[in-house]
Amino acid sequence: MTHSISPKARRPTASGRLQAWLPRLVLAPSAAVILFFVYGFMLWTFVLSLTSSRMLPSYDFVGFGQYARLMANDRWWVASTNLMIFGALFVAVCLVIGALLAILLDQKIRQEGALRTVYLYPMALSFIVTGVVWKWLLNPQLGIQAMVQGWGFESFRFDWIVDPNMAIYTLVIAAVWQASGFVMALFLAGLRGIDDSIIKAAQLDGASLPRIYWRVVMPCLRPVVFSAVMILAHIAIKSFDLVVALTGGGPGYASDLPATFMYTHAFNRAQIGLGSASAMLMLGGVLAILIPYLYSELRSRRHG
Amino acid sequence: MADAIRRQTVGARLLRGALYAVLILAALFYALPLLIMLITSIKPLSEITAGSLLSLPQNPTLAPWTKAWGEACTGMRCEGVGGYFWNSFAIVIPAVLISTAAGALNGYALTKWRFKGAEIVFALMLFGCFIPFQVVLLPMAQTLGWLGLSSSRAGLVLVHVVFGIAFTTLFFRNFYVGIPDELVSAAKLDGAGFFRIFWRILLPVSAPIIVVSIIWQFTQIWNDFLFGVAFSGHDTQPVTVALNNLVNTSTGVTEYNVNMAAAMIAALPTLVVYVLAGKYFVRGLTAGSVKG
Amino acid sequence: MSTLRLPALRLPTLRLSTLPLPTLRQSALGLALSMAATTSAQASDVEVLHWWTSGGEARAANVLKELLEAEGYGWEDFAVAGGGGETAMTVLKSRAMSGNPPSAAQIKGPEIQEWGELGLLGDLDDVAAEENWDALLPEVVADIMRFDGHYVAVPANVHRVNWLWANPEVLDAAGVEMPTTLDELFTAGEAIREAGFVPLAHGGQAWQDATVFESVVLGSQGVDFYRQSLVELDPEALGSDQMIEALETFKRLRELMDEGMPGRDWNIATNMVIEGDAGFQLMGDWAKGEFTAAGLTAGEDYLCAAAPGSEDAFSFNIDSLAMFRVNDDGEREAQQALARLVLEPTFQEAFNLAKGSIPARPDLDMSEFDSCAEQSLADFQRTAETGGLVPSMSHGMAVRADVQGAIFDVVTNYFNDANMPADQAAERLVSAAQMASF
Repeated sequence: MTHSISPKARRPTASGRLQAWLPRLVLAPSAAVILFFVYGFMLWTFVLSLTSSRMLPSYDFVGFGQYARLMANDRWWVASTNLMIFGALFVAVCLVIGALLAILLDQKIRQEGALRTVYLYPMALSFIVTGVVWKWLLNPQLGIQAMVQGWGFESFRFDWIVDPNMAIYTLVIAAVWQASGFVMALFLAGLRGIDDSIIKAAQLDGASLPRIYWRVVMPCLRPVVFSAVMILAHIAIKSFDLVVALTGGGPGYASDLPATFMYTHAFNRAQIGLGSASAMLMLGGVLAILIPYLYSELRSRRHG
Repeated sequence: MADAIRRQTVGARLLRGALYAVLILAALFYALPLLIMLITSIKPLSEITAGSLLSLPQNPTLAPWTKAWGEACTGMRCEGVGGYFWNSFAIVIPAVLISTAAGALNGYALTKWRFKGAEIVFALMLFGCFIPFQVVLLPMAQTLGWLGLSSSRAGLVLVHVVFGIAFTTLFFRNFYVGIPDELVSAAKLDGAGFFRIFWRILLPVSAPIIVVSIIWQFTQIWNDFLFGVAFSGHDTQPVTVALNNLVNTSTGVTEYNVNMAAAMIAALPTLVVYVLAGKYFVRGLTAGSVKG
Repeated sequence: MSTLRLPALRLPTLRLSTLPLPTLRQSALGLALSMAATTSAQASDVEVLHWWTSGGEARAANVLKELLEAEGYGWEDFAVAGGGGETAMTVLKSRAMSGNPPSAAQIKGPEIQEWGELGLLGDLDDVAAEENWDALLPEVVADIMRFDGHYVAVPANVHRVNWLWANPEVLDAAGVEMPTTLDELFTAGEAIREAGFVPLAHGGQAWQDATVFESVVLGSQGVDFYRQSLVELDPEALGSDQMIEALETFKRLRELMDEGMPGRDWNIATNMVIEGDAGFQLMGDWAKGEFTAAGLTAGEDYLCAAAPGSEDAFSFNIDSLAMFRVNDDGEREAQQALARLVLEPTFQEAFNLAKGSIPARPDLDMSEFDSCAEQSLADFQRTAETGGLVPSMSHGMAVRADVQGAIFDVVTNYFNDANMPADQAAERLVSAAQMASF
């Protein structure tokens, strides 16, 4: 904090005082906007979750009745369980594939740039665009199953999208397809930032390559892992287009997620109160992930 | 070079071959959906119903593309997605510029002019990144109504700016943290003011993070469907909404080739941006996010 | 009624930027002029929010647009496709929240009452009196269009939901006839499968599952039971052995379907029948719009019959346009004109020919219509007298959206879950019907 004892600060002039307030003035509009549009709306949603609102908001309060109904709703539990399965698998698989591809790509590969672009591009597309193709690929009669069977492997089966117990995993496949290249790119940039001499030293000690990566390189990449987990977790919680485009929540409601549950109830089923209650629980989940992140982010900031 | 020569044993060559095989297989996995879209979009309809997903077009044609652009029906209007394509640009460009500019100033004020409570303000802003958009749909609709901006482009721009600021602020804040404070304090000693320091010292080195912010925002806003469908008027709908209408407008036989061509058209701007600037995107993003 | 109407002034308002370097004063003048033009254009335009986006529907809606424009009003098309109007309803709610609803929107069934209760709908009593809707419309239809005694919506058609469609060539190849009972349907289905076709084309979406379920309840348990259980939501009926039996029959239909059904759109399923890949489809008569668009003739290239066992029932689904309250007199006038034109014979005929439904007014000349539509109209009038005319649960005509959604959840989950027994599904139906109210 060296700048706070600059000579200017000792004798404040009018313009000096303005200068001192400028940063706050600059931040003020954004802060106000966020305060209203994020926190105000959250409060608004909370208030709605305490009402019996149906098609449009009404302010007829029913206490925590909507939450009680939510807890008794089978579909909500399916959606929540799905989010846990989906979120955990999505984050884990993306990390593994991303790290693996990054390490492989880091071996002085020819055409690295082209490969990297191919891995990365899915992040640029929304599922509104790629949903139709994914539906084709996963459909047992049109997609991969039909293709492989057409090659002569008659007994090949890939019909997860039809199976209520497996449908959620098709979402994982498509989501991993979209985001793992991005994670790869994060890891790759992280790898490039590591000092070669550390690796050289380990090599001289006679450590095997996998061992070097596991013991020496990975620890250096911890901040990357951390950022990647945050980005992936936030994608998982917000996943909406994905479900709508691929499974529509089906078969039945076997692949429903909280985001689609909330949308369906608030907008298609005239249950804004119930939808708002589910939104508040989603926000609670977000907070549970975000608070540790913010804590470490701000703490490391102080030390940094 | 010594390394390379030492590696040329049989085992090492096999390993190298396996390495390339894995990388190329992975590339196929990622490329497959786009390839299918592309192949399908230039096939005549008869070949699609007859052949398999991956069979190459026998008589490639651009007719589906011209139809998707200018003739295909989205609801009752049969003018293709072309017009909506420009609608999207009219929304995306101002929204990206405004949110990036705001994010840059915010990040600068938060890191180089630390004041009491700056970190709280930042923490509060960060939460804006994580709010599921379905949650804000109805309150936003009412607010837009109060502001007199419902069903207008300006309204959509506002929505995207509001929910983009959190991200852009995060990017710039993380990037500026890594810029040595000494540069700024020296300039302060010389009597340079807030904007002057930003303009002369921070902005010239901000290129990587500006690229990140622009690409991120461009992709997010271009791909948005939810806000686009809920807050646009009948003549301001973005291309994703038109695409959805087109895909769901079918006469008897679904024209998969036209649907795919329309999807490709809708995807093209973001694809081009990623292919051309993807390298800078990743580089800039890591510059910000790896710093703890 | 004035016969002389000036065509609406529709100056392009965004062209200012293309003017060659206007001076400040010129551009200010231009702006003022164009603003004036905009307001006068809006005064006689109606913005119509709808989801008539599939080919035949869109063409039919175009007839209405042309009729309106011929009278000098403008039609601002706001089509939102997808999922039986679900996305369109989201847009409508968002627009209503912002205090800027469209002048007309495709709203139907009990939802008209809900919008009416919110005080957002404008009344159409003037045009209704002028055109004598009370006499023109069947009572059951008129009831739905009224809120608190006032007309607030205008019906475009009457769909019948409980239909069975068939491809005669597939039936011939399998050596079977059009089934009239569910047992016959199963027997015929087996024969069709052995002949190498898909017996029953279906799309695995919740509303399609519910559509089939509704036809099975009607066909296996009769109209009275349907009314008790799925319209009046009587818990005893919902949990009864009859319901369990219906649920079991419903699930057996799965055996007649193919594994590619998840997420399939209804018109793709219809296309399977058209192409001769599948024998039957249980679907409302909007499917006929697809047969017609493919150039097929009813009774020859494709067959229609009441869903097996339900020939004395007619579960109806009525599309309607509701008018939102507007303050501008010009816009009100345009709304009234739109409402009048919707019931005009020209539109009713064109729209219903394309959509596969029957006109909302029974007094029209039906010579242009095919045999299926004639049967539909005859059945409509017959069941209106015998009490077999019932609102469709699966299409939002019978119960409120939240109850309907809860029933959909049970039905589609039961249908897709191989392990859920029918009695458990029936129990859940009972609680679904109860959970709805606060």
